[in-house]
Amino acid sequence: MPASERPEPDAGTGAPPRPGRPRGIRPARSTAAARRGRMPAALVVVAILALAVLMLPLVALVVRAPWADLPALVTSAPVLEALRLSLVTATIATVVCLALGVPLAVLLAHSADAPAPLRRLLRAAVTVPLLLPPVVGGIALLLLLGRRGLIGGWLAETWGVTIPFTTGAVVIAQVFVSMPFLVFAVEGALSGADRRVEQAAATLGASRWQVFRHVTLPLVAPGVAAGAVLCFTRALGEFGATITFAGSLPGVTRTLPVASYLALQSDPDEAIAIALLLLAVAVAVLLLLRDRWVPGVRA
Amino acid sequence: MTRRPRRGAGAAAASAVALIALSGCSGSDAFTPGDEPGATITVFAAASLTESFEQLAAEFEAAHPGVEVALSFGGSATLASQILEGAPADVFAAADEATMQRVADADATAGEPQVFATNVLALAVPAGNPGGVTGLADLADDDLAIALCAPEVPCGAAAATVLDAAGITAAPDTLEQDVKAVLTRLVLGEADAGLVYRTDVVAAGDAVEQVEAEGTDAAVNAYPIAPVGRAESATAREFIAFVRSDAGQGVLADAGFGAP
Repeated sequence: MPASERPEPDAGTGAPPRPGRPRGIRPARSTAAARRGRMPAALVVVAILALAVLMLPLVALVVRAPWADLPALVTSAPVLEALRLSLVTATIATVVCLALGVPLAVLLAHSADAPAPLRRLLRAAVTVPLLLPPVVGGIALLLLLGRRGLIGGWLAETWGVTIPFTTGAVVIAQVFVSMPFLVFAVEGALSGADRRVEQAAATLGASRWQVFRHVTLPLVAPGVAAGAVLCFTRALGEFGATITFAGSLPGVTRTLPVASYLALQSDPDEAIAIALLLLAVAVAVLLLLRDRWVPGVRA
Repeated sequence: MTRRPRRGAGAAAASAVALIALSGCSGSDAFTPGDEPGATITVFAAASLTESFEQLAAEFEAAHPGVEVALSFGGSATLASQILEGAPADVFAAADEATMQRVADADATAGEPQVFATNVLALAVPAGNPGGVTGLADLADDDLAIALCAPEVPCGAAAATVLDAAGITAAPDTLEQDVKAVLTRLVLGEADAGLVYRTDVVAAGDAVEQVEAEGTDAAVNAYPIAPVGRAESATAREFIAFVRSDAGQGVLADAGFGAP
């Protein structure tokens, strides 16, 4: 994911620069496709199989959806309550991710000049939460912030504050799993941005902060926006860490995915309806990304 | 240089095909278990049966060389949904009769469900009882962290019955998907009290204590077991008979289950 999101100089053609062609000059898209030649038939077959693996479950979801009851199902009180909680927590999580993640992305982009071990450590710290199963994230959060956790134990004893089973815990779980998406989107935009503009600003007497605020940030704004949308979507879909760390109580911690999973126990139609709702959000985000921000960032 | 990627793609395609062939194979095995040695039966059992069914399966395998018992544990309702969606189960042991009825109503059972054990709830607290819990009334205490099962699942329905009978409006901090999730909250000390099955208190060992409280036995869960699936399997029937035998009942009693 991070690799594909970073707009590498040659990401457009997918091929390493060929000898004899000056770096930076790329052929038009159609020429590149023609040059790549035709796909072997076996690859096409496997590719179609891969497509089926990705698409068929969603097709089944749409086909099996209780369309007649759908309006009633998605507007029922428990679903609306979960939807509201999901939207509120995912929005807060996205704001937190922006506030914390953009500076981290800048640090990551600047770490290009740092010694290699440090750079790799930094990158791993952002990548690992991305690769972890969210349930593992939930367990880790519990061990840190639970009532007997490293920090949570101290919080509970000193301040009488407990984090699990609160809406705050939902937000923390969402931030944990979704921040890497934002960081890598912004970092990708940063490393693709033209450094010379920043250097020019600095030469003209702008302070570091002014350069960041008035040059760098506007330059990578599309990347920040795309990252924020990805982050929001990931937060909205968060399940494993939430149910492990935050619990499941209507209106407090039971977000849409958690509600969907519970509904599967008693009312599969409701579970399917919630799943469709989440699918619709994902599709809407995809459309939003394509139309608005793709020119800026190949997200 | 130019040949290498091509060979790689061929290998990838071949392994993909092999994968399909393999998965198809194991699928058909699971659907048509026979009596012959080497048969595998898949048992779907309620989460609360985890420890006792693991032991029962091991003893059954020991008594039937070549037979393999694959176990899948989960919330009864989840398992029922999986069976109704065609999951390859041969035996289903549910934590309540309503859930089994849902499977039977859909004609997914291959034989009459039989009750093989009963279970009652227990008021459980983490070791040392940090919340100072003394009775069911403490479940209404807002200052305590309370974990219960969601009313949609059997242990939650039982909890609702117990609380109703005691005239208590609980103040839960979390309503979990299954009883083991409630138990985990207690084991980790995140919750001060919760209602779990008596068997779960036994299973959790020293990490969890039972608080003797009046009224927890207001709901008695009966555990039905039935063969399920398309093909009726003799091994599945034998396993069910073993669960209901004296030896099987002994294992269940040790785990804290009541007799049917």
